[in-house]
Amino acid sequence: MLIERKWKKWFYFYIPMAVFIVFTLFPFYWMAVTAFRPDGELYRTWRQANATPFWTLEPTLEHLKGLLQTTAFPQWLWNTMLIALVSTAISLVCGTFAGYALARLKFRGSEFLGTAIFITYLVPQTLLFIPLADIIRDMHLGNTPWALMLTYPTILIPFCTWLLMGYFKTIPKELEECARIDGATRFGAMVRIIFPVAIPGILSAGIFAFTLSWNEFIYALVFMSSAELKTVPVGVVSELIRGDIFFWGQLMAGALLGSVPVALVYSFFVEYYVTGLTGSVKG
Amino acid sequence: MATVTIRDLNKKYDGGFHAVKDVNLEIRDKEFLVLVGPSGCGKTTTLRMIAGLEEITSGEILIGKDVVNDLPPMDRNIAMVFQNYALYPHKSVYDNMAFGLQMRKYPKAEIETRVREAAGILGIQSLLERKPRQLSGGQRQRVAVGRAIVRHPEVFLFDEPLSNLDAKLRVQMRVELKRLHERLETTAIYVTHDQVEAMTLGDRVVVMKDGWVQQVGEPLELYGSPANRFVAGFIGSPAMNFVDVRIARSETSLWAEAPGLRIMVPPERVERLRNHAGKAAVLGVRPEALHLAGGADAPEHTFDTSVDVIEPLGNEILLNFRAGGAPMVARVDPSVRVKVHENLRFALDPLRVHFFDAQTEAAI
Repeated sequence: MLIERKWKKWFYFYIPMAVFIVFTLFPFYWMAVTAFRPDGELYRTWRQANATPFWTLEPTLEHLKGLLQTTAFPQWLWNTMLIALVSTAISLVCGTFAGYALARLKFRGSEFLGTAIFITYLVPQTLLFIPLADIIRDMHLGNTPWALMLTYPTILIPFCTWLLMGYFKTIPKELEECARIDGATRFGAMVRIIFPVAIPGILSAGIFAFTLSWNEFIYALVFMSSAELKTVPVGVVSELIRGDIFFWGQLMAGALLGSVPVALVYSFFVEYYVTGLTGSVKG
Repeated sequence: MATVTIRDLNKKYDGGFHAVKDVNLEIRDKEFLVLVGPSGCGKTTTLRMIAGLEEITSGEILIGKDVVNDLPPMDRNIAMVFQNYALYPHKSVYDNMAFGLQMRKYPKAEIETRVREAAGILGIQSLLERKPRQLSGGQRQRVAVGRAIVRHPEVFLFDEPLSNLDAKLRVQMRVELKRLHERLETTAIYVTHDQVEAMTLGDRVVVMKDGWVQQVGEPLELYGSPANRFVAGFIGSPAMNFVDVRIARSETSLWAEAPGLRIMVPPERVERLRNHAGKAAVLGVRPEALHLAGGADAPEHTFDTSVDVIEPLGNEILLNFRAGGAPMVARVDPSVRVKVHENLRFALDPLRVHFFDAQTEAAI
């Protein structure tokens, strides 16, 4: 790194960095503080002398307890996990094969197909749920987990395909050619050589798909009606906002618990994730 | 027996690009054949068609006695070394070398013996547990070669295997490859754009340009009697000097004339040049066929000029000058002492001049 004057480094690097960190992390902090703040403090106005909006003096587990005991939150967590895992698995399998085909096989219309798949990704969910609702009803899938497991891939497969197609293109063609000379069929070369090399890409696609399904709201809201079948985002919002009463403490406790699994998944694979998105194979 | 026979081979790409045109080659058993040419000349495409990685538009390829046009790469009993080595990054060196044998269901013990043997030949026994990314360029190169030799294929294919190495290592690996070929006695086809590599490695060299084979021959044959101007200019460094001349007739002989240059056509060449009298031609002289004129040189083989750049390389000196309207280089002994802009008389060796047709560029 070039040697710079000290104040420059502060001015151009540390200070903007600090502002950025506060800006991104503050909502999470606010969520955590609110989840542990007793109701007495929550509904106290800022003008009061003893107001402590940015921290709490008497942390309590009351909201967490309420969330776990009075609502179906554990059930929602389980639903969300199951649905996210199944739809991610479906999308990854389809996306990997489709991405490989679009990146490697030369066939008429392959470029058009690649673009077409990307365009379907751009269709907003807020429009797509209307025809999908019709299909779900006709197939009698409404109010079952399958309604979500099968509709999430409509957004996830285009995304995974596109991301993996890009990743496969960064893998030198010669690896595969060499494997085929070495005695592998095209399928064998794909499974034994290309897929293992593409693991960072496949993992990133998986993480992304998992997160998208975990946080999905509209389909989950429309296709699921029974309280015990809901996912975390929908359950928390629909059960903890009653009329115009917001159960802030429990809402935030639900949000906090709901974001833990995603954060864990990210932190485990963060290194793969970065190489996956920047797409590099170092031979 | 592993001869490779190529008959009327053509490759046209979908876009209409005609990459390989009517190539005919007969590669002998145990021969080291080098395909050389500038980029885009069709040499790599030819090699990839032999490997089965590229579809053949028309023509035939035979390995031994079998037409392999429609065989997948795995059934051709060939091994290929790629320019970027194409090592499997997730496998250890051992597994990289063993992969081809594993795919062919060899027993474990046999695989182990063969891999260790190949590693021994290449001096990479200590690297077997490493991953490719932990190796240097030269080591990766060796592993790539090792992966090819464990299979004991009938034909080795090399696609510019040395061009990713630095200059010093390239020279060293070149010698090792040659030695390896002597030892393994397997037919090898080698693609390169580097004419020095082609000359040092090849039993025979095929020079290609724009998809056409220009000339096939042993290295010294290509150097000594190039079939056309392209081969003459491509083989040899510094390149052959070319001067546009007009062939003029006098009572007794033919002369090659250019501004400031008048050279008598040696008697041995007169017969073939007679038809070109009065027409344009190209005179070709290799740098080492030029020397500073002394008493023994006939005046009809000399010309005057002044040197503008001197390149003292140690084992030789390169003198750059203009003559007959063209830039020329002479390769002279390091004991020669000349100064820049000194007026000098050069002589050419009359037995080592070449003439090319000005239109067809074919050797006359």
